[in-house]
Amino acid sequence: MEPLIFERSIPGRRGYVPPPNDVPPSDPSAFIPPDQLRATAATWPEVAEVDVIRHYTRLSQLNYSIDTHFYPLGSCTMKHNPRVNERVAALPGFSWLHPLQPAAHTQGILQLLHELEQLLCAITGMAAFTLQPAAGAQGELTGLKIMAAYHRRQQRHRSTILIPDSAHGTNPASAALSGFSVVQLPSGPDGLIDVRELKARLTGDVAGLMLTNPNTLGLFERDIKTIAALLHEQEALVYMDGANMNALLGVARPGDMGIDILQLNLHKTFSTPHGGGGPGAGPVGVTSTLADLLPLPRVRQRGKSLVWQEEGTASVGRVHGFYGNVGVLVRAYTYIRSLGRDGLSRASRVAIINANYLKTKLQEICPVPYDRACLHEFVATMKAVRAHGVNAWDVAKRLLDYGCYAPTVYFPLIVEEALMIEPTETESKETLDQFAQALGQIIAEVRSDPEMVRHAPHRLPVNRLDDVKAAREPNLRWRPGRSPNWATAGQR
Amino acid sequence: MDYAPNTEEQLQQMLQTIGVDSFDQLLADVPAELRIRALDLLPGLSEADVVQLGEQLAAKNVSLKQATAFLGAGSYAHGIPTAVDSLAARGEWLTPYTPYQAEASQGTLQAIYEFQTMVCELFQMDVANASLYDGASSVAESAVMAIRATQRPRILVSEVVHPHARQVIATYLSGAQAVIQEIPSVNGVTDLEALGKALGDDVAAVILQQPNACGCLEPMTQAGELAHRVGALFVASVYPISLGVLQPPGAYDADIAVAEGRCFGSPPAYGGPGLGLFTTTNALTRRIPGRLAGCTVDQSGRRGYTLTLQTREQHIRRERATSNICTNEGWLALRATIFMALVGPRGLAELARLNLDKAHYAQEQLCTIPWLRLMWDQPFFNEFTLQADPAIDLESIQRRLLRAGVVGGYRLAHWYPLWPQATLWCVTELISRDSIDRLIKILKHAV
Repeated sequence: MEPLIFERSIPGRRGYVPPPNDVPPSDPSAFIPPDQLRATAATWPEVAEVDVIRHYTRLSQLNYSIDTHFYPLGSCTMKHNPRVNERVAALPGFSWLHPLQPAAHTQGILQLLHELEQLLCAITGMAAFTLQPAAGAQGELTGLKIMAAYHRRQQRHRSTILIPDSAHGTNPASAALSGFSVVQLPSGPDGLIDVRELKARLTGDVAGLMLTNPNTLGLFERDIKTIAALLHEQEALVYMDGANMNALLGVARPGDMGIDILQLNLHKTFSTPHGGGGPGAGPVGVTSTLADLLPLPRVRQRGKSLVWQEEGTASVGRVHGFYGNVGVLVRAYTYIRSLGRDGLSRASRVAIINANYLKTKLQEICPVPYDRACLHEFVATMKAVRAHGVNAWDVAKRLLDYGCYAPTVYFPLIVEEALMIEPTETESKETLDQFAQALGQIIAEVRSDPEMVRHAPHRLPVNRLDDVKAAREPNLRWRPGRSPNWATAGQR
Repeated sequence: MDYAPNTEEQLQQMLQTIGVDSFDQLLADVPAELRIRALDLLPGLSEADVVQLGEQLAAKNVSLKQATAFLGAGSYAHGIPTAVDSLAARGEWLTPYTPYQAEASQGTLQAIYEFQTMVCELFQMDVANASLYDGASSVAESAVMAIRATQRPRILVSEVVHPHARQVIATYLSGAQAVIQEIPSVNGVTDLEALGKALGDDVAAVILQQPNACGCLEPMTQAGELAHRVGALFVASVYPISLGVLQPPGAYDADIAVAEGRCFGSPPAYGGPGLGLFTTTNALTRRIPGRLAGCTVDQSGRRGYTLTLQTREQHIRRERATSNICTNEGWLALRATIFMALVGPRGLAELARLNLDKAHYAQEQLCTIPWLRLMWDQPFFNEFTLQADPAIDLESIQRRLLRAGVVGGYRLAHWYPLWPQATLWCVTELISRDSIDRLIKILKHAV
């Protein structure tokens, strides 16, 4: 294993030297009261540039990534990240802009942001967008704040949100953070929202329904128009988590389905890199009725210029320090303009064909509950391997040995031993065939050598990690003079 | 260009394998009335054309590489070592996601562990998470966490905490049973007497920023003591570069310390993506929002890293999670880690002193202009507020500077209407002495 960067530290070594001082130097105590001065420096590593380059290059090589491996992580849309997006975002005219530079210096970026809002409106059928939320979950929070503000404006007291049991965990967490209580909606036998169950829970206290379409099983909510109409009859709103929008480009628009509020995950559908866990961007689209509730500031045309409009009494307020993850927005804009009308539609079409193809191939190996044509993803169950003392988690770990990142495991919660698989449009038929073959071999291994599968992975830099120890004896940071754990203390 | 490798011929074969005649059969669940024929968008662009489009839009902006901007006010431009860009561009860093499968993500996990350690060391705090969205949302999450940890409803936030952070707190807490109360400032810093009067045993947290939104250094030790006297948590929002010279939050017993960490290795990018740094004490570890990487062992006893204490998080705890955050700012945290490793403790101290020296040089020079003076007699780091004579038309001065390619200090009147003649000036190591001298020359002839 690669040691920690701290373990490479040699006192006095340097990796970067700041520019020389061209003004008269002073002692810090000339400007800062002594009791406010830092007494001891941080114990950061002291390393040379070559040490840093080697260390972080070697560490990078311990990762699976889209660039190196098939990454079928369901609901995360791990599609290829085109490099032209990086090139455009890195232009100094975008990356080296200060957020408070005057409008005369920022007409280009304001135009890009304004156009991006319009592009997202055209793609989704919503009337207006904010680009401010920094990720999907912050978009959810923003959308739910808009819902709450809407009911306040209508002088209605609504305190509950209906959320299907198949929903992503961020949905109930965002609802709770927004001050709502959550009522869980059981899925019907077909995996979709059961209209009768919905009606039974549609009381006068319901602020809205928060659904994902297609849902986390990869199924389109067939009754979406009826569902939306039911909610609207009760003067409640429909929030759609757009995490799965990669199924719908050029297929259908949430705005036409009766959706009132929608968040998109630009790092999913619009191919901005996931970066090992962000940054993302979670724009929120709304109907025209709700547009004045969107966060401020908003880009507005004033005369010949674009400016930020800061004022608005109805707005839910601000959710980001400035205007959102602009660097991500530039990448998504570049992607949308690259693919355009036909390219985006083809992306969804191929994503759907890829998912159905892989599902068909896997059906010979493992059951797929809710067996019907899926959209961009599907959920298989590993229930059958349990008889051999193996579970879905073990199968996922063994997939790593075959050079595939694992699908999303144990989600959605309504499928036992779930493997949630989303191949995306940027994988070839050959890769899908290889994945199906690998999973077939693993199922055979489960029968012939379950013990080996239970201890997978075997071909990675580490084998199965002890998560229980990690949680029981939290070791969340290295400390000077101490190896980070007991086991390796004598082994370095 | 759609980046989808399968050919139309392959897609036809695949449809056959699936057992359908056409793609449309796969959309049987989508009601016909909802199907759209085509997106109402322009046709796609070739790579060459989209690069040209991007370059044309970028050229309509004036970047910090072309203009000299004395702007900070929550976004600080600092140098980025070349190795940060070079390493972070590697696909193995750029294109994985949250390390759910630890064994196939040891690089990301070890980097997060190193990040957490370096942030803890810098702040002198016990625990740091793997990042939140930005500084402002980190301040808001600290308020949410304090309310839940103390079971108290009231948040006291100084009026000289960055207004955007205060606005995000207000948004996050709207609808909750919480009361946000602003503590006034006096002479550029939080009014401790007013803070003392506002405190009570229903206060969850006292939130201050160091240096504050006017650039002045706050009496953090005293404010923290006041908060602790009534059992409230003390939250510090700090500026990471300043910690090369200023005392860290751990030194004044902050319970939660947060920061906008983007200045460590990432460009301003018109305000985002940012990098929320979030730290706390051992006592509050299990209340922390967001991801945590921990060190553990594998079955052979080898050292390894994994996401841990996940029962706090939304994917396990759902509506009872400590936060709703899922995707954070991993790639910026990686860039910050590489930045911190390259710069090292000595580099950070030098950088901080450079900022200190240059800002004080600029302030002294600016105050030789007869119609400008320092607004408050308080120590500052690299940002300070100047007061212009009432007769001075600041808009025309700003326009004049702009014509010379200079963006003057930010007008605080946008945030504090009672200070119409106040401007907030920031000088980092990227501003040369020549630029400062040139600024003075223009201003001397401006009135």
